[in-house]
Amino acid sequence: MSRILLSAMLLAATALPVMAESVNVAVAANFTAVAEELAAKFEAESGHEVELSFGATGQLYTQITQAAPYGVFLAADTERPEKAIAEGLAVDGSFFVYAQGRLALYGEGVDADNGKAALKGDFAKIAIADPEAAPYGQAAVETLEALGLWETLEPKLVQGESISQTLQFIESGNAELGFVAASQVLGKDVWIVPAELHQPIEQGAVLLKAGEGNAAAEGLLQFLRSDAAVAVIEGAGYSVP
Amino acid sequence: MSELYSPILLTLMLALCVTLILLPLATPIAWWLAQGRGRGREVVGAVVTLPLVLPPTVLGFYLLLALGPFGPGGALASLWGARTLAFSFTGLVIGSIIASLPFMVQPLRNAFAAIESEVLETADTLGASRWQRFRRVVLPLARPGYLVGAIMTFAHTMGEFGVVLMIGGNIPGQTKVLSIAIYDFVERLEWERAHVLAGGMVVFGFVVIWSSLVLGRDRERSEN
Repeated sequence: MSRILLSAMLLAATALPVMAESVNVAVAANFTAVAEELAAKFEAESGHEVELSFGATGQLYTQITQAAPYGVFLAADTERPEKAIAEGLAVDGSFFVYAQGRLALYGEGVDADNGKAALKGDFAKIAIADPEAAPYGQAAVETLEALGLWETLEPKLVQGESISQTLQFIESGNAELGFVAASQVLGKDVWIVPAELHQPIEQGAVLLKAGEGNAAAEGLLQFLRSDAAVAVIEGAGYSVP
Repeated sequence: MSELYSPILLTLMLALCVTLILLPLATPIAWWLAQGRGRGREVVGAVVTLPLVLPPTVLGFYLLLALGPFGPGGALASLWGARTLAFSFTGLVIGSIIASLPFMVQPLRNAFAAIESEVLETADTLGASRWQRFRRVVLPLARPGYLVGAIMTFAHTMGEFGVVLMIGGNIPGQTKVLSIAIYDFVERLEWERAHVLAGGMVVFGFVVIWSSLVLGRDRERSEN
Protein backbone atom coordinates (compact mmCIF):
# COMPACT_ATOMS: atom_id res chain seq x y z
CA MET A 1 0.00 0.00 0.00
CA SER A 2 2.67 2.46 1.04
CA ARG A 3 4.70 1.42 -1.97
CA ILE A 4 1.84 2.33 -4.27
CA LEU A 5 1.43 5.62 -2.51
CA LEU A 6 5.15 6.30 -2.78
CA SER A 7 5.28 5.55 -6.49
CA ALA A 8 2.19 7.66 -7.03
CA MET A 9 3.87 10.52 -5.24
CA LEU A 10 7.01 10.05 -7.29
CA LEU A 11 4.93 10.05 -10.45
CA ALA A 12 3.16 13.19 -9.37
CA ALA A 13 6.49 14.79 -8.55
CA THR A 14 7.92 14.04 -11.97
CA ALA A 15 4.73 15.23 -13.67
CA LEU A 16 4.84 18.50 -11.78
CA PRO A 17 8.17 20.19 -12.24
CA VAL A 18 6.71 23.41 -10.80
CA MET A 19 5.09 23.95 -7.44
CA ALA A 20 1.32 23.71 -7.70
CA GLU A 21 -0.17 27.15 -7.22
CA SER A 22 -3.71 28.40 -7.26
CA VAL A 23 -5.31 31.29 -9.09
CA ASN A 24 -8.62 33.12 -8.84
CA VAL A 25 -10.08 33.88 -12.24
CA ALA A 26 -12.76 36.47 -12.98
CA VAL A 27 -14.85 35.09 -15.83
CA ALA A 28 -17.58 36.77 -17.86
CA ALA A 29 -20.91 35.05 -17.27
CA ASN A 30 -21.33 34.00 -20.89
CA PHE A 31 -18.19 31.88 -20.71
CA THR A 32 -19.29 29.93 -17.61
CA ALA A 33 -19.66 26.41 -18.98
CA VAL A 34 -16.59 26.60 -21.22
CA ALA A 35 -14.44 28.06 -18.46
CA GLU A 36 -15.41 25.22 -16.14
CA GLU A 37 -14.44 22.66 -18.74
CA LEU A 38 -11.17 24.43 -19.56
CA ALA A 39 -10.30 24.86 -15.89
CA ALA A 40 -10.81 21.15 -15.23
CA LYS A 41 -8.59 20.27 -18.19
CA PHE A 42 -5.91 22.72 -17.12
CA GLU A 43 -5.98 21.49 -13.52
CA ALA A 44 -5.61 17.88 -14.65
CA GLU A 45 -2.79 18.79 -16.99
CA SER A 46 -0.81 21.12 -14.75
CA GLY A 47 -1.70 20.26 -11.17
CA HIS A 48 -2.47 23.91 -10.48
CA GLU A 49 -5.70 24.93 -8.87
CA VAL A 50 -8.20 27.28 -10.53
CA GLU A 51 -10.99 29.12 -8.69
CA LEU A 52 -13.55 30.65 -11.04
CA SER A 53 -15.74 33.63 -10.18
CA PHE A 54 -18.49 34.45 -12.65
CA GLY A 55 -20.25 37.74 -13.16
CA ALA A 56 -21.07 40.52 -15.55
CA THR A 57 -17.90 41.93 -17.07
CA GLY A 58 -18.68 45.41 -15.75
CA GLN A 59 -19.17 44.20 -12.20
CA LEU A 60 -16.01 42.10 -12.33
CA TYR A 61 -14.04 45.07 -13.60
CA THR A 62 -15.39 47.19 -10.77
CA GLN A 63 -14.22 44.56 -8.29
CA ILE A 64 -10.80 44.47 -9.96
CA THR A 65 -10.42 48.26 -9.58
CA GLN A 66 -11.07 47.69 -5.88
CA ALA A 67 -8.21 45.19 -5.55
CA ALA A 68 -10.20 41.98 -5.85
CA PRO A 69 -7.76 39.06 -5.65
CA TYR A 70 -8.12 37.86 -9.24
CA GLY A 71 -5.03 36.79 -11.14
CA VAL A 72 -6.68 36.44 -14.54
CA PHE A 73 -9.56 38.33 -16.15
CA LEU A 74 -11.53 36.64 -18.92
CA ALA A 75 -13.86 39.41 -20.04
CA ALA A 76 -16.79 39.46 -22.42
CA ASP A 77 -15.36 42.47 -24.23
CA THR A 78 -11.99 43.95 -25.14
CA GLU A 79 -12.70 47.37 -23.66
CA ARG A 80 -12.32 46.44 -20.02
CA PRO A 81 -9.19 44.27 -20.25
CA GLU A 82 -7.57 47.08 -22.25
CA LYS A 83 -8.74 49.56 -19.65
CA ALA A 84 -7.23 47.35 -16.94
CA ILE A 85 -3.85 47.61 -18.69
CA ALA A 86 -4.21 51.36 -19.19
CA GLU A 87 -5.01 51.85 -15.51
CA GLY A 88 -2.08 49.73 -14.40
CA LEU A 89 -4.25 46.93 -13.04
CA ALA A 90 -3.04 44.38 -15.59
CA VAL A 91 0.28 43.37 -17.07
CA ASP A 92 1.37 45.18 -20.24
CA GLY A 93 1.41 42.96 -23.31
CA SER A 94 -0.60 40.16 -21.71
CA PHE A 95 -3.80 41.03 -23.60
CA PHE A 96 -5.14 38.71 -26.28
CA VAL A 97 -8.52 37.79 -27.77
CA TYR A 98 -9.33 34.30 -26.49
CA ALA A 99 -12.75 33.91 -28.11
CA GLN A 100 -15.16 35.56 -30.49
CA GLY A 101 -18.79 35.26 -29.56
CA ARG A 102 -21.69 34.57 -31.89
CA LEU A 103 -25.05 36.18 -31.25
CA ALA A 104 -28.11 33.95 -31.43
CA LEU A 105 -31.85 34.64 -31.49
CA TYR A 106 -33.61 32.12 -29.29
CA GLY A 107 -37.21 31.60 -28.27
CA GLU A 108 -40.65 30.46 -29.31
CA GLY A 109 -40.85 29.23 -32.87
CA VAL A 110 -37.32 30.29 -33.79
CA ASP A 111 -35.24 28.04 -36.00
CA ALA A 112 -32.06 28.25 -38.01
CA ASP A 113 -33.49 30.13 -40.98
CA ASN A 114 -36.50 32.16 -39.85
CA GLY A 115 -34.84 34.69 -37.55
CA LYS A 116 -35.97 37.79 -39.40
CA ALA A 117 -39.51 36.44 -39.73
CA ALA A 118 -39.64 35.67 -36.01
CA LEU A 119 -38.54 39.21 -35.20
CA LYS A 120 -41.37 40.57 -37.35
CA GLY A 121 -43.88 38.19 -35.79
CA ASP A 122 -46.35 38.74 -32.99
CA PHE A 123 -44.79 38.75 -29.53
CA ALA A 124 -44.97 40.87 -26.38
CA LYS A 125 -41.42 40.89 -25.03
CA ILE A 126 -37.95 40.44 -26.44
CA ALA A 127 -35.00 40.12 -24.06
CA ILE A 128 -31.50 41.48 -24.60
CA ALA A 129 -28.58 41.96 -22.24
CA ASP A 130 -27.96 45.51 -20.97
CA PRO A 131 -26.27 47.08 -24.02
CA GLU A 132 -24.32 49.53 -21.85
CA ALA A 133 -22.66 46.78 -19.88
CA ALA A 134 -22.77 43.64 -21.99
CA PRO A 135 -21.26 43.34 -25.48
CA TYR A 136 -23.89 40.81 -26.50
CA GLY A 137 -26.53 43.41 -25.65
CA GLN A 138 -24.70 45.99 -27.75
CA ALA A 139 -24.52 43.50 -30.63
CA ALA A 140 -28.26 42.81 -30.29
CA VAL A 141 -29.01 46.54 -30.59
CA GLU A 142 -26.75 46.81 -33.65
CA THR A 143 -28.49 43.81 -35.21
CA LEU A 144 -31.96 45.28 -34.71
CA GLU A 145 -30.77 48.58 -36.17
CA ALA A 146 -29.20 46.83 -39.16
CA LEU A 147 -32.47 44.99 -39.80
CA GLY A 148 -34.41 48.27 -39.51
CA LEU A 149 -36.46 46.90 -36.60
CA TRP A 150 -35.16 49.06 -33.77
CA GLU A 151 -38.04 51.58 -33.71
CA THR A 152 -40.73 48.88 -33.77
CA LEU A 153 -39.12 46.61 -31.20
CA GLU A 154 -37.74 49.08 -28.67
CA PRO A 155 -41.03 49.23 -26.69
CA LYS A 156 -40.95 45.43 -26.37
CA LEU A 157 -37.43 45.26 -24.98
CA VAL A 158 -36.62 43.89 -21.55
CA GLN A 159 -33.06 43.89 -20.32
CA GLY A 160 -31.21 41.22 -18.43
CA GLU A 161 -28.31 42.42 -16.31
CA SER A 162 -26.17 39.79 -17.98
CA ILE A 163 -26.43 37.35 -20.82
CA SER A 164 -27.31 34.61 -18.28
CA GLN A 165 -30.28 36.55 -16.99
CA THR A 166 -31.40 37.25 -20.54
CA LEU A 167 -31.56 33.51 -21.11
CA GLN A 168 -33.51 33.08 -17.82
CA PHE A 169 -36.16 35.48 -19.09
CA ILE A 170 -36.64 33.38 -22.22
CA GLU A 171 -36.43 29.98 -20.53
CA SER A 172 -39.02 30.97 -17.92
CA GLY A 173 -41.35 32.06 -20.73
CA ASN A 174 -41.55 35.64 -19.52
CA ALA A 175 -40.07 36.84 -22.79
CA GLU A 176 -40.95 34.99 -25.99
CA LEU A 177 -37.73 35.87 -27.77
CA GLY A 178 -34.28 37.05 -26.92
CA PHE A 179 -30.75 37.57 -28.12
CA VAL A 180 -28.26 35.41 -26.28
CA ALA A 181 -24.82 33.97 -26.89
CA ALA A 182 -24.77 31.01 -29.26
CA SER A 183 -22.64 29.21 -26.67
CA GLN A 184 -25.53 29.28 -24.17
CA VAL A 185 -27.96 27.52 -26.48
CA LEU A 186 -25.84 24.90 -28.18
CA GLY A 187 -27.94 22.19 -29.78
CA LYS A 188 -31.16 24.18 -29.49
CA ASP A 189 -33.23 25.68 -32.28
CA VAL A 190 -31.73 29.12 -32.76
CA TRP A 191 -31.04 31.61 -35.48
CA ILE A 192 -27.34 32.44 -35.56
CA VAL A 193 -27.18 36.14 -36.38
CA PRO A 194 -25.07 36.75 -39.51
CA ALA A 195 -21.73 38.21 -38.46
CA GLU A 196 -22.08 41.25 -40.75
CA LEU A 197 -25.09 42.57 -38.79
CA HIS A 198 -23.03 43.62 -35.78
CA GLN A 199 -19.50 44.47 -34.67
CA PRO A 200 -17.51 41.36 -33.76
CA ILE A 201 -17.95 40.33 -30.12
CA GLU A 202 -14.34 39.90 -29.12
CA GLN A 203 -13.60 38.59 -25.65
CA GLY A 204 -10.29 39.62 -24.20
CA ALA A 205 -8.11 37.91 -21.62
CA VAL A 206 -5.53 39.67 -19.52
CA LEU A 207 -3.06 38.84 -16.76
CA LEU A 208 -3.86 40.98 -13.75
CA LYS A 209 -1.18 42.43 -11.51
CA ALA A 210 -2.25 40.07 -8.73
CA GLY A 211 -1.45 37.12 -11.02
CA GLU A 212 1.99 38.31 -12.10
CA GLY A 213 4.60 35.70 -11.29
CA ASN A 214 1.90 33.19 -10.38
CA ALA A 215 2.59 30.02 -12.38
CA ALA A 216 -1.06 29.01 -12.28
CA ALA A 217 -2.23 32.35 -13.71
CA GLU A 218 0.43 32.52 -16.41
CA GLY A 219 0.04 28.83 -17.23
CA LEU A 220 -3.71 29.18 -17.62
CA LEU A 221 -3.36 32.03 -20.10
CA GLN A 222 -0.84 29.98 -22.06
CA PHE A 223 -3.15 26.98 -21.97
CA LEU A 224 -6.02 29.09 -23.34
CA ARG A 225 -4.05 29.50 -26.56
CA SER A 226 -3.18 25.80 -26.89
CA ASP A 227 -4.78 23.65 -29.58
CA ALA A 228 -6.61 21.61 -26.95
CA ALA A 229 -8.22 24.71 -25.45
CA VAL A 230 -9.05 26.24 -28.83
CA ALA A 231 -10.85 23.00 -29.77
CA VAL A 232 -12.98 23.24 -26.60
CA ILE A 233 -13.73 26.93 -27.17
CA GLU A 234 -14.74 26.35 -30.79
CA GLY A 235 -16.80 23.32 -29.81
CA ALA A 236 -18.74 25.56 -27.45
CA GLY A 237 -20.02 27.89 -30.14
CA TYR A 238 -17.26 30.49 -30.25
CA SER A 239 -14.73 31.18 -32.93
CA VAL A 240 -11.09 31.82 -32.15
CA PRO A 241 -9.30 34.48 -34.22
CA MET B 1 -30.97 64.03 -15.58
CA SER B 2 -34.03 61.85 -16.19
CA GLU B 3 -31.68 58.93 -15.68
CA LEU B 4 -31.54 60.03 -12.04
CA TYR B 5 -35.11 61.30 -11.53
CA SER B 6 -36.99 58.48 -13.17
CA PRO B 7 -35.68 55.72 -10.85
CA ILE B 8 -36.23 57.94 -7.79
CA LEU B 9 -39.85 58.68 -8.70
CA LEU B 10 -40.54 55.09 -9.67
CA THR B 11 -39.10 53.79 -6.40
CA LEU B 12 -41.12 56.28 -4.34
CA MET B 13 -44.27 55.22 -6.21
CA LEU B 14 -43.51 51.55 -5.62
CA ALA B 15 -42.84 52.07 -1.92
CA LEU B 16 -46.04 54.10 -1.54
CA CYS B 17 -48.20 51.50 -3.32
CA VAL B 18 -46.73 48.62 -1.33
CA THR B 19 -47.16 50.49 1.97
CA LEU B 20 -50.79 51.47 1.22
CA ILE B 21 -51.69 47.91 0.22
CA LEU B 22 -49.89 46.28 3.14
CA LEU B 23 -51.54 48.47 5.81
CA PRO B 24 -55.00 46.86 5.37
CA LEU B 25 -53.59 43.53 4.20
CA ALA B 26 -51.31 42.97 7.19
CA THR B 27 -53.85 44.17 9.78
CA PRO B 28 -56.03 41.01 9.97
CA ILE B 29 -52.95 38.75 9.77
CA ALA B 30 -51.22 40.60 12.60
CA TRP B 31 -54.44 40.72 14.65
CA TRP B 32 -54.99 36.99 14.35
CA LEU B 33 -51.34 36.29 15.19
CA ALA B 34 -51.50 38.55 18.25
CA GLN B 35 -55.01 38.04 19.60
CA GLY B 36 -56.41 35.09 17.70
CA ARG B 37 -57.19 31.71 19.07
CA GLY B 38 -56.77 28.38 17.43
CA ARG B 39 -54.06 26.30 15.93
CA GLY B 40 -51.64 27.08 13.19
CA ARG B 41 -50.59 30.48 14.47
CA GLU B 42 -46.95 29.43 14.76
CA VAL B 43 -47.00 28.07 11.23
CA VAL B 44 -48.58 31.21 9.77
CA GLY B 45 -46.28 33.37 11.88
CA ALA B 46 -43.29 31.51 10.48
CA VAL B 47 -44.53 31.76 6.89
CA VAL B 48 -45.14 35.50 7.25
CA THR B 49 -41.65 35.98 8.67
CA LEU B 50 -39.91 33.85 6.00
CA PRO B 51 -39.13 36.75 3.64
CA LEU B 52 -36.91 38.18 6.39
CA VAL B 53 -34.55 35.22 6.30
CA LEU B 54 -34.85 33.94 2.73
CA PRO B 55 -32.34 35.30 0.23
CA PRO B 56 -34.20 37.69 -2.09
CA THR B 57 -32.96 35.49 -4.92
CA VAL B 58 -35.16 32.68 -3.62
CA LEU B 59 -38.21 34.94 -3.74
CA GLY B 60 -37.09 36.30 -7.10
CA PHE B 61 -36.67 32.85 -8.58
CA TYR B 62 -40.12 31.63 -7.49
CA LEU B 63 -41.71 34.93 -8.52
CA LEU B 64 -40.14 34.72 -11.98
CA LEU B 65 -41.92 31.39 -12.41
CA ALA B 66 -45.15 32.39 -10.64
CA LEU B 67 -45.56 35.66 -12.53
CA GLY B 68 -44.72 34.10 -15.88
CA PRO B 69 -46.98 32.63 -18.56
CA PHE B 70 -47.00 29.20 -16.86
CA GLY B 71 -47.87 30.53 -13.41
CA PRO B 72 -50.84 32.27 -11.77
CA GLY B 73 -49.36 35.67 -12.66
CA GLY B 74 -49.57 34.86 -16.34
CA ALA B 75 -53.20 33.82 -15.94
CA LEU B 76 -53.96 37.12 -14.22
CA ALA B 77 -52.06 39.08 -16.88
CA SER B 78 -54.08 37.43 -19.65
CA LEU B 79 -57.15 39.28 -18.31
CA TRP B 80 -55.75 42.43 -19.91
CA GLY B 81 -54.05 40.65 -22.78
CA ALA B 82 -50.54 40.43 -21.37
CA ARG B 83 -48.56 37.20 -21.04
CA THR B 84 -46.62 37.83 -17.90
CA LEU B 85 -46.55 40.05 -14.83
CA ALA B 86 -42.77 40.06 -14.82
CA PHE B 87 -41.23 43.21 -16.30
CA SER B 88 -44.18 45.29 -15.07
CA PHE B 89 -44.82 47.70 -12.23
CA THR B 90 -47.65 45.41 -11.08
CA GLY B 91 -45.18 42.55 -10.86
CA LEU B 92 -42.83 44.65 -8.74
CA VAL B 93 -45.70 45.59 -6.41
CA ILE B 94 -46.62 41.90 -5.94
CA GLY B 95 -43.00 40.92 -5.37
CA SER B 96 -42.36 43.77 -2.94
CA ILE B 97 -45.55 43.03 -0.98
CA ILE B 98 -44.24 39.54 -0.31
CA ALA B 99 -40.71 40.73 0.43
CA SER B 100 -41.89 43.48 2.80
CA LEU B 101 -44.72 41.58 4.52
CA PRO B 102 -42.79 40.87 7.76
CA PHE B 103 -41.83 44.54 8.07
CA MET B 104 -45.50 45.47 8.35
CA VAL B 105 -46.83 42.43 10.23
CA GLN B 106 -44.21 42.41 12.98
CA PRO B 107 -44.74 45.93 14.42
CA LEU B 108 -48.53 45.55 14.15
CA ARG B 109 -48.43 42.20 15.86
CA ASN B 110 -46.41 43.65 18.72
CA ALA B 111 -48.76 46.63 19.00
CA PHE B 112 -51.88 44.42 19.03
CA ALA B 113 -50.35 42.01 21.54
CA ALA B 114 -49.71 44.89 23.92
CA ILE B 115 -53.42 45.77 24.07
CA GLU B 116 -54.82 44.28 27.25
CA SER B 117 -57.84 42.04 27.03
CA GLU B 118 -59.67 44.07 29.74
CA VAL B 119 -59.71 47.06 27.43
CA LEU B 120 -61.28 45.02 24.66
CA GLU B 121 -63.79 43.42 27.04
CA THR B 122 -64.81 46.83 28.35
CA ALA B 123 -65.51 47.96 24.81
CA ASP B 124 -67.60 44.84 24.25
CA THR B 125 -69.55 45.38 27.46
CA LEU B 126 -70.34 48.92 26.39
CA GLY B 127 -71.94 47.44 23.28
CA ALA B 128 -69.35 48.40 20.69
CA SER B 129 -69.51 46.50 17.43
CA ARG B 130 -66.31 44.82 16.30
CA TRP B 131 -65.69 47.59 13.78
CA GLN B 132 -66.32 50.31 16.36
CA ARG B 133 -64.07 48.54 18.81
CA PHE B 134 -61.33 48.36 16.20
CA ARG B 135 -61.71 51.97 15.09
CA ARG B 136 -62.09 53.62 18.48
CA VAL B 137 -60.01 51.41 20.74
CA VAL B 138 -57.53 49.27 18.85
CA LEU B 139 -56.48 51.72 16.16
CA PRO B 140 -55.59 54.60 18.52
CA LEU B 141 -53.70 52.23 20.84
CA ALA B 142 -51.84 50.61 17.96
CA ARG B 143 -51.01 53.85 16.19
CA PRO B 144 -47.27 53.80 16.92
CA GLY B 145 -47.16 50.23 15.60
CA TYR B 146 -48.82 51.36 12.39
CA LEU B 147 -46.36 54.22 12.04
CA VAL B 148 -43.31 52.02 12.56
CA GLY B 149 -44.76 49.38 10.22
CA ALA B 150 -45.45 51.90 7.51
CA ILE B 151 -42.02 53.51 7.81
CA MET B 152 -40.18 50.20 7.81
CA THR B 153 -42.21 48.83 4.89
CA PHE B 154 -41.67 51.99 2.87
CA ALA B 155 -37.95 51.98 3.58
CA HIS B 156 -37.47 48.30 2.91
CA THR B 157 -39.29 48.55 -0.40
CA MET B 158 -37.12 51.54 -1.34
CA GLY B 159 -34.06 49.37 -0.83
CA GLU B 160 -35.32 46.15 -2.38
CA PHE B 161 -32.80 44.81 -4.89
CA GLY B 162 -32.64 41.05 -5.35
CA VAL B 163 -36.31 40.41 -6.05
CA VAL B 164 -36.57 43.37 -8.43
CA LEU B 165 -33.36 42.40 -10.21
CA MET B 166 -34.76 38.97 -10.96
CA ILE B 167 -38.25 39.90 -12.12
CA GLY B 168 -37.90 43.50 -13.32
CA GLY B 169 -36.17 43.36 -16.68
CA ASN B 170 -34.70 46.82 -16.11
CA ILE B 171 -37.26 48.89 -18.04
CA PRO B 172 -36.76 52.64 -17.53
CA GLY B 173 -39.82 54.24 -15.92
CA GLN B 174 -41.44 50.87 -15.23
CA THR B 175 -39.11 48.55 -13.37
CA LYS B 176 -35.78 50.36 -13.21
CA VAL B 177 -35.81 51.24 -9.53
CA LEU B 178 -33.13 53.00 -7.49
CA SER B 179 -31.14 49.97 -6.43
CA ILE B 180 -30.99 48.69 -10.01
CA ALA B 181 -30.00 52.13 -11.32
CA ILE B 182 -27.13 52.24 -8.81
CA TYR B 183 -26.02 48.74 -9.86
CA ASP B 184 -26.04 49.80 -13.51
CA PHE B 185 -24.15 53.04 -12.89
CA VAL B 186 -21.47 51.12 -11.02
CA GLU B 187 -21.28 48.54 -13.79
CA ARG B 188 -20.92 51.25 -16.43
CA LEU B 189 -18.23 52.98 -14.38
CA GLU B 190 -20.45 56.08 -14.04
CA TRP B 191 -19.49 56.37 -10.41
CA GLU B 192 -20.46 60.02 -10.00
CA ARG B 193 -24.09 59.24 -10.65
CA ALA B 194 -23.82 56.13 -8.52
CA HIS B 195 -22.51 58.35 -5.72
CA VAL B 196 -25.45 60.73 -5.99
CA LEU B 197 -28.04 57.96 -5.67
CA ALA B 198 -26.10 55.85 -3.19
CA GLY B 199 -25.36 58.81 -0.93
CA GLY B 200 -28.99 59.86 -1.07
CA MET B 201 -30.05 56.39 -0.01
CA VAL B 202 -27.67 56.43 2.96
CA VAL B 203 -29.12 59.73 4.18
CA PHE B 204 -32.66 58.48 3.58
CA GLY B 205 -32.00 55.23 5.44
CA PHE B 206 -30.49 57.07 8.39
CA VAL B 207 -33.46 59.43 8.66
CA VAL B 208 -35.87 56.49 8.55
CA ILE B 209 -34.14 54.50 11.28
CA TRP B 210 -33.63 57.57 13.44
CA SER B 211 -37.29 58.58 13.16
CA SER B 212 -38.42 55.03 14.04
CA LEU B 213 -36.23 55.15 17.13
CA VAL B 214 -37.70 58.49 18.14
CA LEU B 215 -41.19 57.11 17.62
CA GLY B 216 -40.35 54.07 19.70
CA ARG B 217 -38.98 56.24 22.50
CA ASP B 218 -42.09 58.42 22.49
CA ARG B 219 -44.23 55.33 22.69
CA GLU B 220 -42.33 54.05 25.70
CA ARG B 221 -42.76 57.42 27.38
CA SER B 222 -46.49 57.46 26.75
CA GLU B 223 -46.76 53.97 28.19
CA ASN B 224 -44.88 54.76 31.40
